[in-house]
Amino acid sequence: MPFIPHTEQEIAEMLEAIGIEDTDALFEEIPPHLRTAGLEGVPPGLTEMEVSRLMHKRAAQNKDAVCFIGAGAYEHHIPAAVWQLATRGEYYTAYTPYQAEASQGTLQLTYEYQSMITALTDMDVSNASLYDGASALAEAILMAVRGNRKSKTRRILLPRNVHPAYRRTAETIVGGQNIELVEVDYDRASGTVQLDALQQAAGDDITAVVIQQPSFFGTLEDVDAITDWAHERNALMISITNPLSIAVLKPPGQWGSKGADIACGDGQPLGAPLSCGGPYYGFLCCAQALVRQMPGRIVGRTTDVDGREGFVLTLQAREQHIRRSKATSNICTNQGLVVTASTIHMAILGPRGLENTAAACHANTRRLVEQLTGIDGVRRAFSSAEFHESVLLLDRPVNQVLESLAANNILGGYDLGADYPELGNALLVCATELRTEDEIAAYRGALQEALDVKTLQKEIA
Amino acid sequence: MLIYEHSRPGRNGAPQAPASKADLSDIPSGLLRKDSAALPEVSELQAVRHYTRLSKKNFAIDTHFYPLGSCTMKYNPRACNSLAMLPGFLSRHPLAPDRYSQGFLACMCELQNMLCEAMGMAAFSLAPMAGAQGEFAGIKMIAAYHSANNDDARREILVPDAAHGTNPATATMCGFSVKEIPTLDNGDVDFEALQQAVGPQTAGLMLTNPSTLGVFERQIEKIAAIVHEAGGLLYYDGANLNAILGKIRPGDMGFDVIHTNLHKTFSTPHGGGGPGSGAVGVAERLKPYLPLPIVAEAGGQFSCLDEQDAPQSIGRLSAFMGNAGVLLRAYIYMRLLGKSGMERVAEFATLNANYMMAEAKRRGFQLAIPDRRASHEFIITLKKEASELHVTAMDFAKRLLDLGYHAPTTYFPLLVPECLLIEPTESEAKEVLDGFMDALEQIREEAANSPELVTTAPHTLPVKRLDEVGAARNLDLAWKPEKAD
Repeated sequence: MPFIPHTEQEIAEMLEAIGIEDTDALFEEIPPHLRTAGLEGVPPGLTEMEVSRLMHKRAAQNKDAVCFIGAGAYEHHIPAAVWQLATRGEYYTAYTPYQAEASQGTLQLTYEYQSMITALTDMDVSNASLYDGASALAEAILMAVRGNRKSKTRRILLPRNVHPAYRRTAETIVGGQNIELVEVDYDRASGTVQLDALQQAAGDDITAVVIQQPSFFGTLEDVDAITDWAHERNALMISITNPLSIAVLKPPGQWGSKGADIACGDGQPLGAPLSCGGPYYGFLCCAQALVRQMPGRIVGRTTDVDGREGFVLTLQAREQHIRRSKATSNICTNQGLVVTASTIHMAILGPRGLENTAAACHANTRRLVEQLTGIDGVRRAFSSAEFHESVLLLDRPVNQVLESLAANNILGGYDLGADYPELGNALLVCATELRTEDEIAAYRGALQEALDVKTLQKEIA
Repeated sequence: MLIYEHSRPGRNGAPQAPASKADLSDIPSGLLRKDSAALPEVSELQAVRHYTRLSKKNFAIDTHFYPLGSCTMKYNPRACNSLAMLPGFLSRHPLAPDRYSQGFLACMCELQNMLCEAMGMAAFSLAPMAGAQGEFAGIKMIAAYHSANNDDARREILVPDAAHGTNPATATMCGFSVKEIPTLDNGDVDFEALQQAVGPQTAGLMLTNPSTLGVFERQIEKIAAIVHEAGGLLYYDGANLNAILGKIRPGDMGFDVIHTNLHKTFSTPHGGGGPGSGAVGVAERLKPYLPLPIVAEAGGQFSCLDEQDAPQSIGRLSAFMGNAGVLLRAYIYMRLLGKSGMERVAEFATLNANYMMAEAKRRGFQLAIPDRRASHEFIITLKKEASELHVTAMDFAKRLLDLGYHAPTTYFPLLVPECLLIEPTESEAKEVLDGFMDALEQIREEAANSPELVTTAPHTLPVKRLDEVGAARNLDLAWKPEKAD
């Protein structure tokens, strides 16, 4: 029997100890007419050999192509040691560290994670993680509403150049809690949020302002001016950042004269493979003053009865298992295993490894953009500085171009048509440190060809 | 010793990044970072050794019996991990077009179908990333359903007082008020109290069955009928699904919406606190509201449904496809088990729990609900030991660690004083269960003869009891450079 160790003799002994004839008697309290006859729709079990064959086949059915898609998930190098260590049974098969003395591995590692992510963001405190960047934004908004007692309106300014899926997730999660998410448009020329647009949307009172740096378009916002503007209006500043980018970009804790109040984002670029979309993890950091508004688990350093250093879950009075309907959030399970990998990733790369990786992503994307905009009919959408993504405008429908690139084994980027129809044929491209000069040259060649062929077809038609 | 204590300025022994820093001069200097982040500077070996050593300070399923009640700490087959981490899955970008992702989507579609079958529901969404998010999605769908029927007066969610704290927290997050329903001493819901509580304000009832008290709710049909008659919907919390898998399906009990914890019942790893997965299933009438994405099949081609395909959906819960890698692991586990393997899960999980309960009784431990059949878990109450020997459930838990067992869940459910909630799961062998019961007996003897051994336990772990009050009072939540000597 799969993963059940019982021998016939043991089953008999156990039934006797219980005082029943057969295992069916274990279910005698279930109304018999409700019992299921059998799970007919579930296929018969397979051996590990058979499952292995099936999964290799399925994995091969996913197209293996050179990836120039970013849009919130980025292909980076991950040291071999990272997942070999993270999938050690001691990390992989432990649970939430309820028994602190028997969980010092997970607890200390989480404390080290909190130390590293607060160092990167330059914020005071962090929790032990949330599900992903999008749900972390939702929790950040809820936190801001709880934490900003000067604001009466529960209005949050949410620019349109924040990741569209983050905005939709935030709507799902904070909707129904009487919170208004106010859309703020971006400037068409720069692809960034301008103070006058914020001013217009602000009205008399706002609770918080959300800024994504780099924006979904890859463009860089004037975060100092916006943060100071928000603080002048007694609004809290919520930053969404790519945690790899802030190895070289100004971290949220240094935005403006006082720093962002809440910093969130997706930890995926720090050690999580693309993996079809997850598991990643959401990070959430804040200023000390807001620590009691923070949802989720938090690990603290303390001592044992002999004065030895040790680690525990702390501030649990905020959480659902104690506060029930008055908790800061319903979250309990987080993304511990991915945080384990990410902590090891940060430790192995160190500050310079992350800085050099981030800078290489920037340089590769610049190279890519230079190459592609050298083609007739391809130009940059926005004028402002960018980190490692860029919006290109094509003179052909993006889906046709992507199709043609895929035929050359290139995933050419993310089509912005559905989310930003006002931009026309707009394509979001990204080249991480993994993309080689040859791959970038191949992209240029394939794009040139795609646009030429289309021209030709058009002329023939 | 923290990783930071191995750090030396300028040390970097890893060929893991470009050797030099590329030019950033096209970025305005005001947008750049001035100082390096205070991350550790260690060699790769130092990092590997540090995190290998740290791992050894954990109890885990792979190293110890881990009978943590309500958490279903069963064996996590290694094949599920290695096959979910095949390059073809790991390197797939979540926004890669569906037509280039057929292998992954086929797995997801089949997973949805198997869950529908095993739970007796009409449709499933794999979007929620943990049990609590599954609960959120479920209650949100109940809200959407009532709202679509212009039934906006239904502002109250009923929750038994034995429920997990996530239930009331979720209902509040969805904008509902919460009314708690008392539980009888025999573990069943107080039906009379429920009868008085339901009404035109009732949006739904959240129920865990078997309950957190480790017994099957025998009045489930009556409960479903009374909630449905009042116009409310029935929500199934899948926390204890391992007790009934293959024996009775939530859909057949009358539930309209359910979340499953794939990290419990379907054996995906707990990972030191996650990632989980809280896939949600619904009856026909709630289908339009399922969270996105949902995988659909037409003519042998798989695709992800979006907002245009499902305009009444409650929306998205994550940026992409939930915890996709966790979903793959659950899929692989289900294929390994198959029909008959799945039907045996509850049988042996329940056999193990009832055997332990019988042994506990035989060895003179007091049971919270002695006269009922246990589900996949049961509760010992150490009320007597606490008052006579001054040794608490927490002391027992800590001493168990010394004896090589992870402690059961303590002080939950809140209704039972000095309790241990014990869930052995189906993957443990009889001699392990016997060994655990011997350990409990040994601790009771120690408590009588040398109580200090128990009240000051653990003695053999990397640390002794930790100062939790001090940790909350003097918050130290991150290492900061200025604290370094």
